[in-house]
Amino acid sequence: MTTLTLDHASRWYGNVVAVNDVSMTVGPGVTGLLGPNGAGKSTLISMAAGFLAPSTGTVTLDGAPVWRNEQAYRHLGIVPEREGMYDFLTGHDFVLASAELHGLKNPRAAARGALATVEMEYAEKRKISTYSKGMRQRVKMASALVHDPSLLLLDEPFNGMDPRQRMQLMELLRRMGDEGRTVLFSSHILEEVEQLAEHIEVIVAGRHAASGDFRRIRRLMTDRPHRYLVRSSDDRALAAALIADPSTAAVEIDLADGALHIQAVDFPRFTELLPRVARERSIRLFTVSPSDESLESVFSYLVAA
Amino acid sequence: MYNSTVARLTYRGLLGRRRALILFLLPALLLVIAVAVRRLAGADDQITTDVLGGFALATMVPLIGVIAGTGAIGPEIDDGSIIHLLAKPVRRPTVILTKLLVATGVTVLFAAVPTLIAGLILGGNSQRLAVAFAAAAAVAAVAYSALFLLLATVTRHAVVAGLVYALVWETLFGSLVEGAQTLSVQQWALAVAERIAGGGLVTSEVGLTPAVVLLVAVTAVATWYAGRKLRVLKLAAEE
Repeated sequence: MTTLTLDHASRWYGNVVAVNDVSMTVGPGVTGLLGPNGAGKSTLISMAAGFLAPSTGTVTLDGAPVWRNEQAYRHLGIVPEREGMYDFLTGHDFVLASAELHGLKNPRAAARGALATVEMEYAEKRKISTYSKGMRQRVKMASALVHDPSLLLLDEPFNGMDPRQRMQLMELLRRMGDEGRTVLFSSHILEEVEQLAEHIEVIVAGRHAASGDFRRIRRLMTDRPHRYLVRSSDDRALAAALIADPSTAAVEIDLADGALHIQAVDFPRFTELLPRVARERSIRLFTVSPSDESLESVFSYLVAA
Repeated sequence: MYNSTVARLTYRGLLGRRRALILFLLPALLLVIAVAVRRLAGADDQITTDVLGGFALATMVPLIGVIAGTGAIGPEIDDGSIIHLLAKPVRRPTVILTKLLVATGVTVLFAAVPTLIAGLILGGNSQRLAVAFAAAAAVAAVAYSALFLLLATVTRHAVVAGLVYALVWETLFGSLVEGAQTLSVQQWALAVAERIAGGGLVTSEVGLTPAVVLLVAVTAVATWYAGRKLRVLKLAAEE
């Protein structure tokens, strides 16, 4: 059982405040650190990983500070976002080096076990330079897991992964959480966090904006109207069909831009309605893009709620 | 204070990169020069001193020191892979000392050993010149490795800064400006060579005792400070 505690932790670079007076306690299970790009997630993870000193406040692991404390890494596994990872080594040698650096009794067995956990044995003899992004991510995972840590920190672990790799990693992290480990991962994609984390910490512009169960946060999200921009082969006919359905609240035809601005109030129903209506009326859809889905707007909505 | 895994990662990283080519090219060039000079001019102690002092010690050793010293840690800091090394319960001074040992070993292997061989080719160790310059190169290798290792923990432009130091300070100022000569690793190393070689062929601007004290002090302080820098190295991902 390992608990990561941030107590009024702040971090600034010159005049820029990256993390502003954040206090949170992360315990066993999977916790998602959610926020838009540039919100301070990586800075927060770096502080938790002992790679960055808090400018004020403290970051502790079961009461012991992480900064300048190499012994903390006995309990800590880190999967950094950056790609650099001794590309001239094979996957096996990379994980073996990790096991050796941890001073494990049987580093070879530990490396084998960790590579099996992430299902990378089939490519373990290949050089890391030949790996795809997803493979690199899994080998980084193996390296972080090799000493059986009780706290796992992952910075944007799903970036660049294909859906299958994403599912595999999610399963793995879920299992880690079920085993009683503390898993903290950052992401800027709400759906990712929702699928995996029991608990969410939301960080916006360096501030701790929300904390709690994802269902509550998700409800706040789905209750708000969704705006879409749609371009089609017959905007006017599509607009007429869409406004007839109660899932939409407003449809505006933007003649200058040649597009429809749609406001949907029943998000699940609308996502089903749009393709059906287009198909029935033989209207071709050229563009369907959420126009206010940027995380900044989602989060400002959350913060205001 | 030594970690074999850190050493393995370091030398594989050092010798596995393209810049490692220079490690092979420079000694090869020295040996070619030695063979050519010997064929054209025969064995001559003064020429041996000029080639070993002018090219091997003044140019090749610092250049190889730059490659090995900065290469032992710089690329890892640049691409962020050092995060995988530092996220381990290994003391940071152990990391630095191990890397210093590897950098020194590589510099001795690629600079001091070829200097010895070139000396033997040029004059068959007449006046103990080959041994004298090889010893000087080995001593300089330690100091250069420590200095350039430190440089790589301080700046991301360590190779450029190292080259400027090696070529401008050591080669140019070191041989021209008197004050600079006392603060030149090359001159300290020459003091060692001066002691070993006979015939008054090798001279240094610095006496042996101050030279040894300075060599030890620079190496120790640079290593200590590099360990300190590594301990507070900020590894935040760019946001």
